[in-house]
Amino acid sequence: MGSTSPAPVLETHELTRKFGELTAVDRLTLSVRPAEVFGLLGPNGAGKTTTLKMLTTLLPPSSGTATVAGYDIVRQPARVRRSIGYVPQLISADAQVSGYENLWVFARLYRIPADERDRRIREALDFMGLSVVADELVKNYSGGMIRRLEIAQTLMHRPRVLFMDEPTVGLDPLARDAVWEQLGRLTTHFGTSVVLTTHYMEEAERLCERLAILHRGRMVALGTPAELKASLGRPGATLEEVFAHYAGAEIETTGSYRETGRTRRVAVRLE
Amino acid sequence: MSLSASSEAAATPGAPGVLDAIEGAIGQTVAIIGHEARKLSHDPSELLLRAVQPALWLVVFGSVFTSIHAIPTGSYSYLQFLTPGILAQSVLFIAIFYGIASIRERELGIITKFLVSPTPRAVLVGGRALSASMRGLSQAVIVVVLATALGVRLNTDPLAIVGIVVAIVLGSALFSTLSMIIASLVKTQERFLGIGQLLTMPLFFASNAIYPLSLMPSWLRPITLANPLTYLVDALRGLMLPGYSGVFPVGVDLAVLFAVTVVLVLAESRLYPRMAQ
Repeated sequence: MGSTSPAPVLETHELTRKFGELTAVDRLTLSVRPAEVFGLLGPNGAGKTTTLKMLTTLLPPSSGTATVAGYDIVRQPARVRRSIGYVPQLISADAQVSGYENLWVFARLYRIPADERDRRIREALDFMGLSVVADELVKNYSGGMIRRLEIAQTLMHRPRVLFMDEPTVGLDPLARDAVWEQLGRLTTHFGTSVVLTTHYMEEAERLCERLAILHRGRMVALGTPAELKASLGRPGATLEEVFAHYAGAEIETTGSYRETGRTRRVAVRLE
Repeated sequence: MSLSASSEAAATPGAPGVLDAIEGAIGQTVAIIGHEARKLSHDPSELLLRAVQPALWLVVFGSVFTSIHAIPTGSYSYLQFLTPGILAQSVLFIAIFYGIASIRERELGIITKFLVSPTPRAVLVGGRALSASMRGLSQAVIVVVLATALGVRLNTDPLAIVGIVVAIVLGSALFSTLSMIIASLVKTQERFLGIGQLLTMPLFFASNAIYPLSLMPSWLRPITLANPLTYLVDALRGLMLPGYSGVFPVGVDLAVLFAVTVVLVLAESRLYPRMAQ
């Protein structure tokens, strides 16, 4: 990784997904570098989650191509899955078992060798600051602890790319800061790239090296937070203004009842 | 804490080959069964609640029908004839709502994490189906204990006991996979529960669980023979009752259950990923 421009760890070319008449993601072309934190920014319904679902092999694209860790998402899904981690927006840890047991099942599914399994599980829990509560049932965890556990679940197999959908939705500021800090250490420690979606400007600004702003399925802006702010051509522009400029004044108008319900449910469950 | 950033991804299996794939699939199946076992061990209340229904059937229905001799069951007492039927019914009832777990995990988001892992879809589904048999086997213990307490004489031959376990594992896997298929198709709890209720009673009454096939009207018989529960009941009766000869040989019953289960698991392997789209 010493070279000046390392090969991208993720590349999409004209990636498109249609649902009937609706084009949820429209000819998306972008690339992500190793150890980069890349943000997909956009109002509800902009295509952020659909993009993540395609890149994580959950949803086949309608057209276009993408490679993750060098593997084609359509032709080599099994290899892609071995190289990635995914923390969905909804809760993906199991409340009925302990933190350790939540990791155990994935250590086995990712085929971590038996003699390494326990060490990797403890390491991941330790890394996310959860060693003390490893044997507690997850239903007794706080929202921030659940999120960190969900990230820990994806670390044991050393993913090249970690995908996160709204990683801090529903968290209080303190828990959010903890998640942000661990994410930063992740990229420096493992060289893992992080692709996350968010609609919190503060999160985008603080975490992401580069941002893509999506609007109605299309990428309308791409750059570092500083570049995006400069692109408005007036000094002192904030990221909120950038967002309003590119995504229109639709920040709160497109969320459907269903989406709102989901977001609130997550927020309530994370309490 | 010492995390080695340079350490190679040890999770990556060595030479890709058939043996490696089989070894991986077995390990992953064990992972899913182990995970389900842990969930059950943390909260076994469902298993205990499930004991109520078979108890009522055996104690109330069984005792009454035994004393009035309404149903001819040859040299066996009606209660003896009924016991394997009630066991099969318990296996059906506990498995047919198993898909509710898929719906809950979809509403949460747990399902996506499993689907993003490098686990073949058939292993995800098959592992869940085999996990369901832990619930079925717990029912078997309850029914056998109850029946023995009521004075029912059952086979204690070790080979027969192995056969009973196999039959229950297959029956549980079959009906829980059917349940997961329904869950994948309807996706919401309300519709799922509605269809589950709708299916349970016809499956139960259009079978040989509580009366012999010979008593049935001729129009019902083909339906009964298309009902997988009939083969589970027939197998359990052949295995549990000393000297009983069923409608089919036990081997045929088990083969039918196995074949139907394989077809259902393959079908659900195609449907299951849609739960995360």
